[in-house]
Amino acid sequence: MSILTTQNLSIGYSKKGKTSIIQSDLNLRLRAGELVCLIGPNGSGKSTLLRTLASLQKPLSGKTLIDEKEISKLKHREKALLISLVLTERVEIDNTTVYNLVALGRHPHSNWWGNVTDEEDDIINEAIKMVHLEHKAHQNINELSDGERQRAMIAKALAQDTPIIMLDEPTAHLDLPNRVEIMLLLHRLAHKTQKAILLSTHELDLALQAADRIWLISNNHGVECGVPEDLVFNGFFNRAFESKAYFFNAANGNFSMNYPMTKSVWVSGDKTRMYWTLRALARAGFMVVEDAKVHILVTEIGWEIGDKLIPSVEELLLELEQSL
Amino acid sequence: MKNRFPILFFFLFLVTIGLFFADLAWGSIHISISEILLVFFGKGADGINSEILLNFRLPKAITAILAGASLSVAGLMMQTLFRNSLADPYILGVSSGASLGVAVVMMAASVLPVSFVSSGWALILAAILGASVVLLLVVGVSFKVQNAVSLLIVGLMFGTIAGSLVSVIQNFSNPDAVKLFIIWTFGSLSSVTWSYMHVLLPVVLVGIGMAFFLQKRLDGLLLGENYARGLGVSVVRTRILIVIATGLLAGGITAFTGPIAFVGVAIPHIARGLFRTSSHKILLPASVLCGAALLLVCDIISQMPTYTLPINTISALFGAPIIIWIILKRK
Repeated sequence: MSILTTQNLSIGYSKKGKTSIIQSDLNLRLRAGELVCLIGPNGSGKSTLLRTLASLQKPLSGKTLIDEKEISKLKHREKALLISLVLTERVEIDNTTVYNLVALGRHPHSNWWGNVTDEEDDIINEAIKMVHLEHKAHQNINELSDGERQRAMIAKALAQDTPIIMLDEPTAHLDLPNRVEIMLLLHRLAHKTQKAILLSTHELDLALQAADRIWLISNNHGVECGVPEDLVFNGFFNRAFESKAYFFNAANGNFSMNYPMTKSVWVSGDKTRMYWTLRALARAGFMVVEDAKVHILVTEIGWEIGDKLIPSVEELLLELEQSL
Repeated sequence: MKNRFPILFFFLFLVTIGLFFADLAWGSIHISISEILLVFFGKGADGINSEILLNFRLPKAITAILAGASLSVAGLMMQTLFRNSLADPYILGVSSGASLGVAVVMMAASVLPVSFVSSGWALILAAILGASVVLLLVVGVSFKVQNAVSLLIVGLMFGTIAGSLVSVIQNFSNPDAVKLFIIWTFGSLSSVTWSYMHVLLPVVLVGIGMAFFLQKRLDGLLLGENYARGLGVSVVRTRILIVIATGLLAGGITAFTGPIAFVGVAIPHIARGLFRTSSHKILLPASVLCGAALLLVCDIISQMPTYTLPINTISALFGAPIIIWIILKRK
């Protein structure tokens, strides 16, 4: 079931009568219970699209519908009951605990005085529990680590209790364990709560693993939507991230660098050591060719060139340098 | 955790009441508490003391409470509006805007009808208008200048411009009006007579009422403009309402007491420090009480010597060190 759809949406900026269109004629669908990752190179309009869908920014043309209602015609509060946001802006508030921060998410639901009833209290605590911050609920947000802070902001969005959550680069500034944790958390939340979660990210490999669906945005080819694996098979990734310096390696879902390869060797042998050996050779500028002049035999304990046994990659590269 | 708040409020309330009576009692002539109570219950003992009390010290003490509460609430709203812990009506030039309004009325008064000027309405309207215009300009600049300290410098410049315009007006005015204006700039709580109180009180009550009405949206604004939008706060409308409320409070008070420095910046920090919260539901009443208490203290000190000291001097002695402390703490 799709919650949010766009009709011929064009996004971009218009300043002093000058319009610059970033993407046009977008027809997108966001479904309930799915984690969607919006990825693409810098300048392709990830943030602009997200901000436009969240109606923080006006579209140049076209419209965004949520449950058949046009979002630009909704009142502020009605919007806040449909979409909650996690943004890149750093929130600095003195003397605010995690609990108080998450409680702000209840704003669109509460009366003007904003009292926390027992029922509200339950929702707030539940949201904190979902992001595993119970033990820090009454700690000042300035004392949190970056990962915890981001989780607190996600809890705030959860407390807002909207069918859609949008996150702008939620994993930026986080270290790898925290990035993985946030992605996993969002994936689980989407499935558990049946919310539609849309996030923009630079983390291609994480997005490929965690996303139910990917919106791949590129500078010249618009937005391609689909299950991550389909986009890989169709070669859309290579097209979106076109470059001479690297290519999208469909075999492992990573980017591989295009090294200038001028020399050639022939490699055969042990499979587990092969992958890393090939990486090192490629970086040093060796192309692997069958029946090349120099032959490297990869064994379980090292490398053999002719009869010479070489114990480490460093020495292997040195040896090759000298022999060629 | 939460049970702390009522106790603190009760304590602050008692302190404020205590200071209120101390302010009535102490001064160049000492009036005992029993005498004060006698006068209040209509059994006015001695004619002179009752006269001093009812027509001089009582309006002055009430003005101290109103001024402290108004400037603190205005400061709190501005700090949230600009997300800048150093914002306050005096620093960002709002008081200077009010001064300009007052200067225009005081020194160009010959053009205006006498009844309008002497009722105080002309004074307060001009001050509110001046304050609001400067505040709007600073809000406009704040869209372009994100840096906290740069914004303060811009506010300072607006204040300087307003000050220069005041000097220009002074040059063309008659000496009596200029003298009157100079005395006004020293700041005094005693210039609010009962007839002025009829004007000041409603303005202050409306301003503080608006602040309380906006408390939830102010909480939302703490997260920043976009997050506030995401929570359903209509940011533009809220900004305008904050500007109006701040204009009423800062402009209204400045019209009668002259510019009072640093109360607006210092009190919200004291309130935050005492209550350890960022919720405006708590900080607004806390600022009202702390502000009232601080200005009562200032007033008590200012009337201790034989010749009354300007209130602005005393408040600066309290407030300026607090600003230095905030800047040092931010490092």
